[in-house]
Amino acid sequence: MNKIFHGDAKYHFLVIAVLLLIIFPVGLDVFRLNLVGKYLTYAFVAIGLVICWGAGGILSLGQGVFFGVGGYLMAMNLKLEAAKADIGCTRALQETGSCIVQSTPGIPDFMDWASMTEIPMFWGFSHSLFLTIVMILTVPAILAFILGIAMFRRRVGGVYFAIITQAMAALLSILIIGNAGYIGGFNGITDLRTLKGWDIRTDDAKVLIYFVTAVLLLIGLIIAQIVLNSKLGRVIVAVRGQEDRVRFSGYSVANFKLAAFCFGAFMAGIGGALFTMNVGFIHANFVGIVPSIEMVIFCAVGGRFSIFGAVYGALVVNAAKTVFSEAYPELWLFAMGLIFVGVVLAFQDGLAGFYKQSIAPRLKQMWSSAD
Amino acid sequence: MQNNSSSQGSVLSVENLTVSFDGYKVVDDLSFSIAENELRVIIGPNGAGKTTVLDLISGRTRPTAGIIKFRGEDLKNKAEHEIVQLGLGRKFQTPSIFEDLTVFENLEISFPRGRDVFGAFFFKRDSEVEDRVNEVAKVIYLDDLLSHSAAALSHGQKQWLEIGMLLIQDPALMMLDEPVAGMTLNERKQTAELLNQIIEGRSVVVIEHDMNFVREIARWVTVMHQGKVLSEGLMGDVQKDPQVIEVYLGHS
Amino acid sequence: MFGYTFGELGSIFAMQGFAGLILFSVFLLMGLGLAIIFGQLGVINMAHGEFMMIGMYITYIMQLLFLHFLPDLMGIYFFFAMAVAFIFTAILGGCVEWLIIRHLYRRPLDTLLATWGISLILQQSIRVVFGTREVGVVKPDWMMGSISLTDMIDIQIYGLVVMVITIILTIFVMFAMLRSLWGKHVRAVVQNREMAGAVGINTARTDRMTFAIGCGIAGIAGSAFTMISSTAPDAGQHYIVDTFLVVVFGGAGSLLGTVVSAFTISQLQSTLEFFITGSMAKVWTLLVVIGILMVRPQGLFALKIRR
Repeated sequence: MNKIFHGDAKYHFLVIAVLLLIIFPVGLDVFRLNLVGKYLTYAFVAIGLVICWGAGGILSLGQGVFFGVGGYLMAMNLKLEAAKADIGCTRALQETGSCIVQSTPGIPDFMDWASMTEIPMFWGFSHSLFLTIVMILTVPAILAFILGIAMFRRRVGGVYFAIITQAMAALLSILIIGNAGYIGGFNGITDLRTLKGWDIRTDDAKVLIYFVTAVLLLIGLIIAQIVLNSKLGRVIVAVRGQEDRVRFSGYSVANFKLAAFCFGAFMAGIGGALFTMNVGFIHANFVGIVPSIEMVIFCAVGGRFSIFGAVYGALVVNAAKTVFSEAYPELWLFAMGLIFVGVVLAFQDGLAGFYKQSIAPRLKQMWSSAD
Repeated sequence: MQNNSSSQGSVLSVENLTVSFDGYKVVDDLSFSIAENELRVIIGPNGAGKTTVLDLISGRTRPTAGIIKFRGEDLKNKAEHEIVQLGLGRKFQTPSIFEDLTVFENLEISFPRGRDVFGAFFFKRDSEVEDRVNEVAKVIYLDDLLSHSAAALSHGQKQWLEIGMLLIQDPALMMLDEPVAGMTLNERKQTAELLNQIIEGRSVVVIEHDMNFVREIARWVTVMHQGKVLSEGLMGDVQKDPQVIEVYLGHS
Repeated sequence: MFGYTFGELGSIFAMQGFAGLILFSVFLLMGLGLAIIFGQLGVINMAHGEFMMIGMYITYIMQLLFLHFLPDLMGIYFFFAMAVAFIFTAILGGCVEWLIIRHLYRRPLDTLLATWGISLILQQSIRVVFGTREVGVVKPDWMMGSISLTDMIDIQIYGLVVMVITIILTIFVMFAMLRSLWGKHVRAVVQNREMAGAVGINTARTDRMTFAIGCGIAGIAGSAFTMISSTAPDAGQHYIVDTFLVVVFGGAGSLLGTVVSAFTISQLQSTLEFFITGSMAKVWTLLVVIGILMVRPQGLFALKIRR
């Protein structure tokens, strides 16, 4: 642990580990714990953005694309399983509410509603959980690679790149919504029931899924820290500040930007898949322009240069969203708008910066006076 | 002294190099070559195209016409980082170092190992790297400032650091654009010594304005004017060339 | 072919072409204001759609005022509405620039985030005052109805009005860019900001003027769009991605680029809509534009500046 997290980072990691693995599970009921699990899936995206945007200076307004790919891949696998479970359903059984009769049994309900009789080709690999997981780990990064390679090799500038990623997010959400038969369309992919026979809707399941999410997040933090510690991380940071000098030191700047962007996509994809597991459905609302830019805010509020801040940022903003938009819905959008402006004008280092400036010195004082 | 008109056995050969921006020829049918272990100084008034020549050689700008050969290899269409990896290092007019990193890290990042993504990920700071960084730091007078942030260095020290970042790559050709700009007299002396040291085993091209400094280091000089070579030869001869005198309006 | 006669097909093409021209006007009107801002300041104002939306609501208010106080002048309320929309959104834009944008010029990526925040605030403000649902903006009598070019081709008058407004405004902006003092200052700053400052141009003031005028044009666009779109707080969100792409595709700092770009993208989309569903037409249009941008990221007409 010492080798990976140097100095203060050790404590930050431990605090988060204790918070996620002990404090939350003990202190929160299943419903709220499940909510936190959902927030943590956004933290994956935020950590990815710390490398991509904080370190690398590459603003992506399209992380929803990768989040969505991961989420939809997971949903497709779960949906196929749920659909198969309804094969052999009869009117009698439908009366009891345990299954639904379809014109074409064994295919997802939205395909049946669209009068389709076969599952489209691109659902091919989703039958296998193993392949689904492989795809979740690779497809987002491959997509980022394809997108990025053209743009970084051509030295597309920051604003252009951001707008193009935003257009990508719009594109994907339009594509999904316009294709109800193929991918669930406007209703999303819902009614997910079991994973390899294990019911994911029970309270016990939700708790277990929370723990899986938390552990994977901690692993994600470790991986991110390893990247930041390595020369790869240092070069990515150097690229943000001094692209030319990096180029003239013999590095292909395009490749390193690509690496940062693909890492962000990789993390977002995992987050998306876990999101589907935590909430039990997926929808185009989590893919488009608005969610994509919100994911950037989670990272910014945490302090865009800090992976630990990213976790807190995702937790705090989403918790605030849940609380506020129920109690004061009119106020919430104002608050969001102010957060966007504030985090850029006044609080550029976010929660991490606040901690460094205000809390850490006092903690150090307390620590040394306790000796 | 070597006669540098032949391109055989030369480290760098430039033939009929031309580049024009919006119809204006910044570099006009330029030809010269640099031999191995040579120190060449390029001088000329502002706007002569000197920095542009470096831009063309290092791959930052594409020529409109002409051939650039580095160690016999045509540099056409090569990317900047590929040219660097071939062994050509370039120092910029204003010190271009990594201010967020320490002196040690600046040198380490320039160490020619692990310059691709996976190589960088698995790069280990072993004794070979440390020794080499210490070695170079000593040459550039920064050996007791290794843990300092590069941003804290003086202007002159930043120039040296940048030279060190080139040196650690062990390039066959180093191109320095006004290395003593903004330096104190003392720093200039030290830089002259530094240059005379690093010339061992490589070629160096220096662009400079400061004639005193040029005199301290120069052997063979190329004078540029309006994108062309105006005169070429030993420092003493070139200074007496009436064309050169006219262009410099009596500056000595 | 397709079960229609040639005559019918021709009419369908004409009406589709007209719809395409309206789309062109929308893209161009929206793109003009944004292109000016992007060209000079290098920022994409994510709240641009909201300034347009505010222009819509100002038109709504003007309509109410005229209905109440000056019912006889309803025929011309629209022109007053446009003027007021311009002035109000321009002033609002100037304030936003002064308060927020001017601190962010070295950080264009952060400006994206800040202007997104402003868009949220503007949307919510309108929601609080006017409610979430759309409000009805009445067309003046003379704008209702349509002109029949032939038996089969009907052209809506309000569509024509929008197009005429667009043409006039575009010519006006181009003229202003080329001839007015402001235009000269803008072009100087775009080409060489330091030099422009050195010869006495108040670059901060020019920036503010440009931002304000860009927002003002969005306001006029909003006024015009009350005729073809529903006036609601989220109206600004419908066209932003298209507008950004129009500006980016056209090339920064080129008004001609914006015109060509708006035309290309709008015609591509409306032509595709003839053959495939609306959403797939949008998807393919986006793909083509993004694809071209990947090959030529500087856009169609990029200003060439020597390094």
